[in-house]
Amino acid sequence: MMNQTLNQTPKIELRTSPHIKSGRTVEQIMRNVVWALLPITAFSVWQYGLSALLLIVTVTATCLATERFMNRVMLTGNTLSDWSATITGLLLALTLPPSYPLWMGVVSGFVGIALGKFLFGGMGFNVFNPALVGRAFVQAAFPVSISTWTPAFAPGRFSGLIPTTLTAPLMTPPDIAYWAKHALDGFTGATPLARWKFENVLATPQDFLTGAVTASAGETSAILILLCGGYLAARKFMDWRIPVAVLGSAALLALAFHVFSPVRYPEPSFVLLSGGLLLGAVFMATDMATSPVTPWGVWIFGGIIGVVTVVIRYFGGLTEGVMYAILFANSLVPMIDQYTQPRVFGSLSGQRKGKKA
Amino acid sequence: MNLLPGKNPPGNWAEFLEGLWQRNPVFVMVLGMCPTMAITTSAINAISMGLATTFVLAASCWMISLMRHVIPKEVRIATYIVIIATFVTVVDYGIQVISLSLYEALGAYIKLIVANCLVLGRAEAHAARNPPMASVINATGMGLGFTLGLFMIGGVRELIGMGSLFGISLFGPHYQPWVVMILPPGGFFVMGLWLMVFALVRARRDHGLAAQTQGG
Amino acid sequence: MSEAAPSAAETTPSGAMIRALGIAATICGLIIVSAYEGSLDAVARNKKIATERAVFSVIPGATSVREFVASSAGIAPAGPNVPEGGVKFFGAYDRAGMLKGIAAEAVAKGYADEVRVLYAYDPVKQLITGLGVVSLHETPGIGDKVRTDRDFLKNFVALDAHLTADMKAVANAIKVVKHGTKQHSWEIDAISGSTVTSKAVGKGIRDSTAALLPKLLPFVDKLKEGK
Repeated sequence: MMNQTLNQTPKIELRTSPHIKSGRTVEQIMRNVVWALLPITAFSVWQYGLSALLLIVTVTATCLATERFMNRVMLTGNTLSDWSATITGLLLALTLPPSYPLWMGVVSGFVGIALGKFLFGGMGFNVFNPALVGRAFVQAAFPVSISTWTPAFAPGRFSGLIPTTLTAPLMTPPDIAYWAKHALDGFTGATPLARWKFENVLATPQDFLTGAVTASAGETSAILILLCGGYLAARKFMDWRIPVAVLGSAALLALAFHVFSPVRYPEPSFVLLSGGLLLGAVFMATDMATSPVTPWGVWIFGGIIGVVTVVIRYFGGLTEGVMYAILFANSLVPMIDQYTQPRVFGSLSGQRKGKKA
Repeated sequence: MNLLPGKNPPGNWAEFLEGLWQRNPVFVMVLGMCPTMAITTSAINAISMGLATTFVLAASCWMISLMRHVIPKEVRIATYIVIIATFVTVVDYGIQVISLSLYEALGAYIKLIVANCLVLGRAEAHAARNPPMASVINATGMGLGFTLGLFMIGGVRELIGMGSLFGISLFGPHYQPWVVMILPPGGFFVMGLWLMVFALVRARRDHGLAAQTQGG
Repeated sequence: MSEAAPSAAETTPSGAMIRALGIAATICGLIIVSAYEGSLDAVARNKKIATERAVFSVIPGATSVREFVASSAGIAPAGPNVPEGGVKFFGAYDRAGMLKGIAAEAVAKGYADEVRVLYAYDPVKQLITGLGVVSLHETPGIGDKVRTDRDFLKNFVALDAHLTADMKAVANAIKVVKHGTKQHSWEIDAISGSTVTSKAVGKGIRDSTAALLPKLLPFVDKLKEGK
């Protein structure tokens, strides 16, 4: 196992952001990310109850099993110990609605690891964030289930499961609109983003900070996400510039729209706190294998994610755009890296090189 | 890639098998991807499209082969396209006679058989150099290989995407359709999956052959 | 690979080229014409059956269908050419030859592609009384709910589309409203989650009724005499 880590280290370092001090192993970084995710996971379970717990366990277990299975098929060594599959599983589960049927969670975990990671060659070679690949697949495959929301802090959340959780494999989950209305009075079944887009109702920042909104399992605890992200950034396990660039560009663009028409467009704080922007900016955009390595590249990458997210939310058919924004920016990473290579001392200036090209 | 064995003109069976399996248009030559991706949303659509293409392929290769001595090479592409377009038109009317709903489902892709590189490719590479009988056999093999390829994609897409095969529900009324499989990305997923399966099989076989030669 | 066609020496005489293309074109022309002639009747029969099936499904009780064109000049049986500004529609008749209702196609851009529907119109009550889908390529599970969603189809049991007193325009243009907010009889309650497709259906019907009804209703008595 030790050999394995050593063998992989040079490969990983090529793609690791330059500010990370050498001497840290991938395993160490990944383990810390897992720790940082645990409080968010715990909050999500407290908020949504047994169903969320089962979903998180199932999806993570699927990711680990798939990783082991692909190790065998692709004849690579055991890569379970680098924690990356655990992160993928946790993140993926946190982006799914708590009511998500377990069998669909299994599908998304398998697709995320097998298609999103191993078909590209395993860790470090994947172009797209595996968790988001898994989520994008099930969003396209089962569009109804992934936008079926249940109330947070429902009174009976620890005594029973949401009816959809244990849907038999391959079968359509039951309609739970009726159940959800009875689980919590006044529940509308729409996320704050959807309510803003289709009904022009704005949720307040207090709602977001306390998690009293409808959302995916791990999206609601804004304070926790920031705290955990702060811990990773402070210990330099994460590039702080990416979330800053994502949130900054999203906020700036949202502010510009808000100034242009305060009636039509919400305040920047709504854009920052709603949906999966925080979770995505802190934990998914910062995935080392799928973000740029150059200092300028990191800012450009984050900027693209923020702008695309806001554009999708405001003008797209979907209510939430973080996932596609990150996947889109992931695909641009090789190009960003190529165009933002720092100039080697004494070589031609960038401008003249640009002219030649 | 897979050269035909021997230098003698291949027998009828070999001509037929070439397209059906060894150089399958979909999975080995990867030709005609436009209908392959667009039409394979169900098994019946895939097979209809494959058979339509087979007819165009066989009929135009037969006619091109008959005329191969009178067509000067300067105008051969124009002639081939005229001939191919003719049989596509025939198929177009034929499908309208058989079923209007099938015609609606296949849409513009029937007309697009004219531009299927498989058809022009066979005309240029085979029919223009071989007698009519051999051309028709080879073209039929290719066409059926194309049909088989489309069916293997369409069948999987329908099975997962709608839980049915040839419109017959297999998993009962509560099956959760995998919408993505019916949408265009599904075509790419299944195509990629099959290519991977074939690559794996080939790798295993080559591995086995290498082991045998080493051992022997 | 074996040797290509005949000895392509230095130059091919133009005559040979023209001859080859001429032969090919002649043969192909013959094949196409015979295929067209041979399939003409069968295709027309198929189309008639398809139209009848579609119209019968939105106008129960009808047993025959005739196609008409309404233009500013009045109503005429549909011929091969549609006159300027003419709108096609179908008249559905029962066994006794009485007009059961009118059906017309409505088209609008949906989420993925054009959405084509056929709606039934009762010229006496001036109501839309049925909806059938002609062609739909919307996302399965979302947009294609317009085929099956019971609440949505209920909109078209009696959707108001009466003309103003001067018969120049539809009094209240058909309007699609958000799910659960239907107030007037000319509004369509959209399917929540497939708003785009619901709106396409509504827009198609609005445009079609606006174009057709003012030309059709003033002359509707002509249709009633029917056969």
